[in-house]
Amino acid sequence: MEHALSLLVRTMFADNMVFAFFLGMCSFLAVSKDVKTSAGLGVAVIFVQTITLPVNYLLQVHVLAPLGLGYLSFILFIAVIAAITQLVEMIVEKVSPSLYSTLGIFLPLIAVNCAIMGGSLFMQQRVLLEPENVKAIANLGDAFAFAIGSGLGWMLAIVCLAGIREKMEYNDVPKPLQGIGITFITVGLMALAFMCFSGLNI
Amino acid sequence: MLSKQTKEAFLGPLNANNPVLVQILGICSALAVTVQLKPALVMGISVTIIVALANVVIALIRKSIPMRIRIIVQLVVVAALVTIVSEILKAFAYDVAMQLSVYIGLIITNCILMGRLEAFAMTNNVKDSLMDGLGNGFGYAMILVIVAFVRELFGSGKLLGYQIIPDSWYEAGYSNCGMMLMPAMALVLVGCVIWAHRSINDKEGK
Repeated sequence: MEHALSLLVRTMFADNMVFAFFLGMCSFLAVSKDVKTSAGLGVAVIFVQTITLPVNYLLQVHVLAPLGLGYLSFILFIAVIAAITQLVEMIVEKVSPSLYSTLGIFLPLIAVNCAIMGGSLFMQQRVLLEPENVKAIANLGDAFAFAIGSGLGWMLAIVCLAGIREKMEYNDVPKPLQGIGITFITVGLMALAFMCFSGLNI
Repeated sequence: MLSKQTKEAFLGPLNANNPVLVQILGICSALAVTVQLKPALVMGISVTIIVALANVVIALIRKSIPMRIRIIVQLVVVAALVTIVSEILKAFAYDVAMQLSVYIGLIITNCILMGRLEAFAMTNNVKDSLMDGLGNGFGYAMILVIVAFVRELFGSGKLLGYQIIPDSWYEAGYSNCGMMLMPAMALVLVGCVIWAHRSINDKEGK
């Protein structure tokens, strides 16, 4: 339990998906124009991540590893992710049409969001680690903790960036740097700030 | 020899319509593998091969793919190609494959691939799709190499693992810029490349 909790906090801050591994950058940069939409996308990512990662964990540990089919993992993981994303899309469309229309194109794109696929691939590496290692994923609880932590970290990052970009609307940025250029530099500075967490020992 | 449209499909993504700088696709891996030049080169070549082949395969079967499940079909084609490339890298360039770790697998979710398949290969013939794939792959590899060049040269004073900055400089008080090795600087560098690219292109436009 303690291990799972420390894993959750670690993946949220020190091993933040966006700032430490650059995962999920495309939608991160494209959707972070206002806080409300980015919070919605963040929730969607947490949701998909929390379902797909434990499913992929079970597949990896109980199907792929015993049968020695490790090389099929890419195809299997992406199929699971695509199927679950489709499911989430249908549920969101039914439950909250307004959220569905704001998320628009980006909901299906979660299927190709690198944060989701990356989470599963990191999980595949981390099941091989010693159980004492702080990064190890030893059981299903750890897989859940890792999934929630990485999803929350991603949401935190996108909401922060959206807040900064909303404020930056009023700033006088050199013309060729406007838009995506300055966003990159902002994210770089945010990544520097997040590096302070890497010294954290939990 | 090549029609105008085919030429445009190849040359466009190299500069004016660069996948990384203009369309902002495939950023994740572009940033993560650029600490050194060698993994960046391997990554650039792998992506070029995969995007070109995937474009060809999808263009070949584009008329028989049902619209509703096209995303899954595309993903499976890409995942199969990535698996092949990943196995080849593990067999012949193990140390680079370890350095690239998950980012090889992440080529599957590289937005350049899905973007090109959706926007180009689904509606164009095989030859144009091949050229489009090669152009986008090279456009992507070019940015990777530029960023990795700067980061390796200033971050560790080396290029492709060979010492470039002479020892006498270090004795005279020069030291490597540790900042360049950090993930944050990759973002700032790409931001600067975009800045330069836009200001040059804007001038040409006027």
